[in-house]
Amino acid sequence: MGIHTIQAHSEADADMLAVRLADEAVCIGPAQAALSYLNVEGIVAASKAACADAVHPGYGFLAENAGFVRALDAAGITFVGPSADTIDAMGDKVSARQAAQAAGVPVVPGSKGRLDTVDDAVGVAAEIGYPVMIKAAAGGGGKGIRIAGTEAELRKMAPQAQAEAKASFGDGGLYLERAIQSPRHIEVQIMGDGTDAVHYFERECSLQRRRQKVWEEAGADCLDAATRAHLCDTAVALAKAVNYVGAGTLEYLYDSTTSEFYFIEMNTRIQVEHPVTEMLTGTDLVQEMIHVAGGGNLRQRQSDIIRSGHAIEVRLNAEDPFLQFMPCPGQITGLRVPEGEGIRFDHFLYEGYQIPPFYDSLLGKLIVHGRDRQAAIDLLITALKGLEIEGIKTTKPLHLALAQDAGVRKDDFHTQWLEPWLASGNLKPTPEITGGTS
Amino acid sequence: MVQVLSPVPGTFYTQASPEEPVYKAAGDAVSVGDTVGLIEVMKMFIEVKAEVAGAFTEYLVESGGAVTAGQPLAEMEA
Repeated sequence: MGIHTIQAHSEADADMLAVRLADEAVCIGPAQAALSYLNVEGIVAASKAACADAVHPGYGFLAENAGFVRALDAAGITFVGPSADTIDAMGDKVSARQAAQAAGVPVVPGSKGRLDTVDDAVGVAAEIGYPVMIKAAAGGGGKGIRIAGTEAELRKMAPQAQAEAKASFGDGGLYLERAIQSPRHIEVQIMGDGTDAVHYFERECSLQRRRQKVWEEAGADCLDAATRAHLCDTAVALAKAVNYVGAGTLEYLYDSTTSEFYFIEMNTRIQVEHPVTEMLTGTDLVQEMIHVAGGGNLRQRQSDIIRSGHAIEVRLNAEDPFLQFMPCPGQITGLRVPEGEGIRFDHFLYEGYQIPPFYDSLLGKLIVHGRDRQAAIDLLITALKGLEIEGIKTTKPLHLALAQDAGVRKDDFHTQWLEPWLASGNLKPTPEITGGTS
Repeated sequence: MVQVLSPVPGTFYTQASPEEPVYKAAGDAVSVGDTVGLIEVMKMFIEVKAEVAGAFTEYLVESGGAVTAGQPLAEMEA
């Protein structure tokens, strides 16, 4: 795009690949994220000092922090993403739900507003029916969610949830909704320019461990054409209703027994798994979000956005899948990256790189694109076998096992599938096959 | 004198949260399996447990400090 890039980094990230690739790099503080990547004043001051026109927040840290956006606004620096008010409105589950309902998007039966007492929660649960899911009204990221099957359980869990919400978000308000049994997690990628909005179809992200996605697909083969069209249209309706600017994702639960979907929340940023959508539609989403952040109009009409084939992404984490996914930072002593048509590996690794222990365990994302789902899975196996990250443990063995699992290959799973699969010992340590011909 | 070593690299904490007391103070009895510290590694928290019994002497790393794998975290009299 011809844009001069300035990479902000902590002292612990001085050697990272993004720093090496950027035109310029600025250290914004020590390893502890609270003093560097989460330090609003520090980042705004560094942006000003570097004469940055705009800040791309990536995902995580301050990507959905309205206070950060306001601080950048005050400094006259563009935030690559929606406005602070949009982040406030869509980041709060209760107001996001109200906005969705107003735009005609189906939502899970749940509390009308925030709940401040246990008795209020019990009253609402009686109306919407058990089991109910207890969430922090101000929360995000899937952490701290509890499911109560009975009133007794709710009375026990609600005070814990309140205390945790208060501690994590400084706000003890709760939110309650019906727990949909064994749903799929399906989400829609949207892009808006403030007046118009388009969708880039859906992603299937049901394979999760501890509510963190491990494997994502575009599209969701379980949807028929009419359901897909309806789902994606509702996402665009909501994006237009809030005059959305930038890339965003609307997350839904999908009940495959009834073919019904329910909006659950919106992520007002680019997501980790956006590459599967890029592979499906041939669009560089990050480039588009920078374009609209600069005041540009959407460059594609909905009819220009075509889905082709099937894409899958797996997350390579620095974790030992045979030791309860224990984090495994360390030095990369060897790296072999698979190449070929339909294969993409997004990562920040190089031989000799020391993975710092301070941040997320995500090392890279292996993405494949094939003519259909089966072809994509087969290509994934080939690509995984061609990927070697030496010196540390990674989740590669998990993905190889999943790609060869009959249930995964039949597309027969849901959000509650992976953890029991792991607990049943389906992931077995097998000697790495090396030196063979394939 | 026995040292408690860090099992992994990360950020070391001497208390479960800022509101909680430190896990051990000088003179405290330590039993096998007692939690003596907490390591944050890649957003996960791992409790550091005593492998021998004894009397706690002192922490060798400030709470919130960065540690490497194998680094001594605390000392005790076995």
